[in-house]
Amino acid sequence: MTRHFLGDSTVLLRRSLRHIMRSPDTIITTTIMPIAFMLLFVYVFGGAIKSGSHSYVTYLLPGILLITIASGVSYTAFRLFQDMRNGIFERFQSMPIARSAVLWAHVLTSLVANLISLVVVVLVALAMGFRSGAGVLAWLAVVGILILFILPLTWIAVIPGLTAKSADGASAFSYPLILLPLISSAFVPTRTMSGPVRAFADNQPVTSIVNTVRDLLTQQPVGSDIWVALAWCVGILAAAYAFAMVTYRRKIAA
Amino acid sequence: MTTTAPLAEPIRVRGLQKSYKDLHVLRGVDFGVARGSVFALLGSNGAGKTTVVKILSTLLKADAGTATVNGFDVATRGAEVRESISLTGQFAAVDEILTGRENLVLVAQLRHLKHPGTIAADLLERFSLTEAAGRKVSTYSGGMRRRLDIAMSLIGSPPVIFLDEPTTGLDPEGRIEVWRAVRELAQHGTTVLLTTQYLDEAEHLADRIAILHHGRIIVTGTLAELKRLLPPAKVEYVEKQPSLEEVFLAIVGSEGKDANADLDRSAGLDGSTRLNGSTATDD
Repeated sequence: MTRHFLGDSTVLLRRSLRHIMRSPDTIITTTIMPIAFMLLFVYVFGGAIKSGSHSYVTYLLPGILLITIASGVSYTAFRLFQDMRNGIFERFQSMPIARSAVLWAHVLTSLVANLISLVVVVLVALAMGFRSGAGVLAWLAVVGILILFILPLTWIAVIPGLTAKSADGASAFSYPLILLPLISSAFVPTRTMSGPVRAFADNQPVTSIVNTVRDLLTQQPVGSDIWVALAWCVGILAAAYAFAMVTYRRKIAA
Repeated sequence: MTTTAPLAEPIRVRGLQKSYKDLHVLRGVDFGVARGSVFALLGSNGAGKTTVVKILSTLLKADAGTATVNGFDVATRGAEVRESISLTGQFAAVDEILTGRENLVLVAQLRHLKHPGTIAADLLERFSLTEAAGRKVSTYSGGMRRRLDIAMSLIGSPPVIFLDEPTTGLDPEGRIEVWRAVRELAQHGTTVLLTTQYLDEAEHLADRIAILHHGRIIVTGTLAELKRLLPPAKVEYVEKQPSLEEVFLAIVGSEGKDANADLDRSAGLDGSTRLNGSTATDD
């Protein structure tokens, strides 16, 4: 049945994209918290934070983008959970289709929905004074890294989507992911943090990703951060994908 | 080789067992369903009906025993089994955000059929959903959802259809609509395995009935055969008394006509002819 994989994935992707077009509130609720964070930090706390030569909103944006993704993938879990609960997942699985296309369609939908949310947040940041002189290649690299951050988080989201008992349970996994950027270099430089917190902040995935995106946007050399960031993204992606597939196989035909 | 036996029995189940930890849901289930017949698996909640259906539709693996659908072993030839079946699960598995038409087109596309639009239009017509075709399914009544659900299962004309408690949660009118659809299926030569906890449903629809109890089939036969199991003296006949369902349908009108108009006439002879009319569609 794998010969139908691409066709089936496309049909199912179109289906979930219709869901997003018909309930754009999922994009609004995804972007509202990162935008609120951005307003709060720029206009309330920002005056007290020394971020260097660039405006604080420019300093802040990479972290805000990661928060947007963390909040966006909770809808991936939610959409998958809805399909599980109302039986349409089983209907698809009992049909002569490439069975894994059902999951891949959700993953691709997550990618599209998150990219739309990211564009919305960047537009708000532009209105708040974000400026970047980065060229096309640097922007492409930023988009590439963000996609590499969306994919592992999406496969993590698949796990509660398949196993949750309630809609709240399906999306609760994303709360720690949303908070992770707070203890990173996203809002303040890590050197201002106290010892153990700084050690954590310096060595967690978000810091290297935030630093890489920030360097690309402010036209600084990215240094070794980019390799650390890529290693985290690919490593988490591999682990999350493997774990999600085990969960999926256990759910279907166990 | 594989074509002779399955021609007679598209569904064959032998010694099927399934446990969840210490809970033995199925402890050796045997039955066969003849081609073009409606077979009812009757049992109370938790009897294991859904587990049987899930194993047959390759959503679950059995611990022991064999099952073939349309001649294909469900354990080893899953893809071919899925080509041969449609599953209508316990709850109407429809996409609420899409319209009725979009739901049908989606299934036709996933079954890789040509002209999904025409297929959808035909089924909407057949299930009296043409008017509601462009509306989101979230605005549909329970009966309409079930009809759409069954219509989705007919796409691609699979030779075997599983209906897991198709009328649970429906009002009496919705139930009659579904019954009519199931009867039509059997007339077209489709083999139907139906699970239900309603005795009258099995009585109305099924050519053969099997009673599943504590994970085993305790009795199988036609309705007449099952009735013969009881001493006739114990059977009570209450034929002449209209059931509450018949009264309800006579007053409300099974076509959903103006209830007051029917009430005005229900005292007279008109009322009793209506009542006969609605029981006739019931048979």
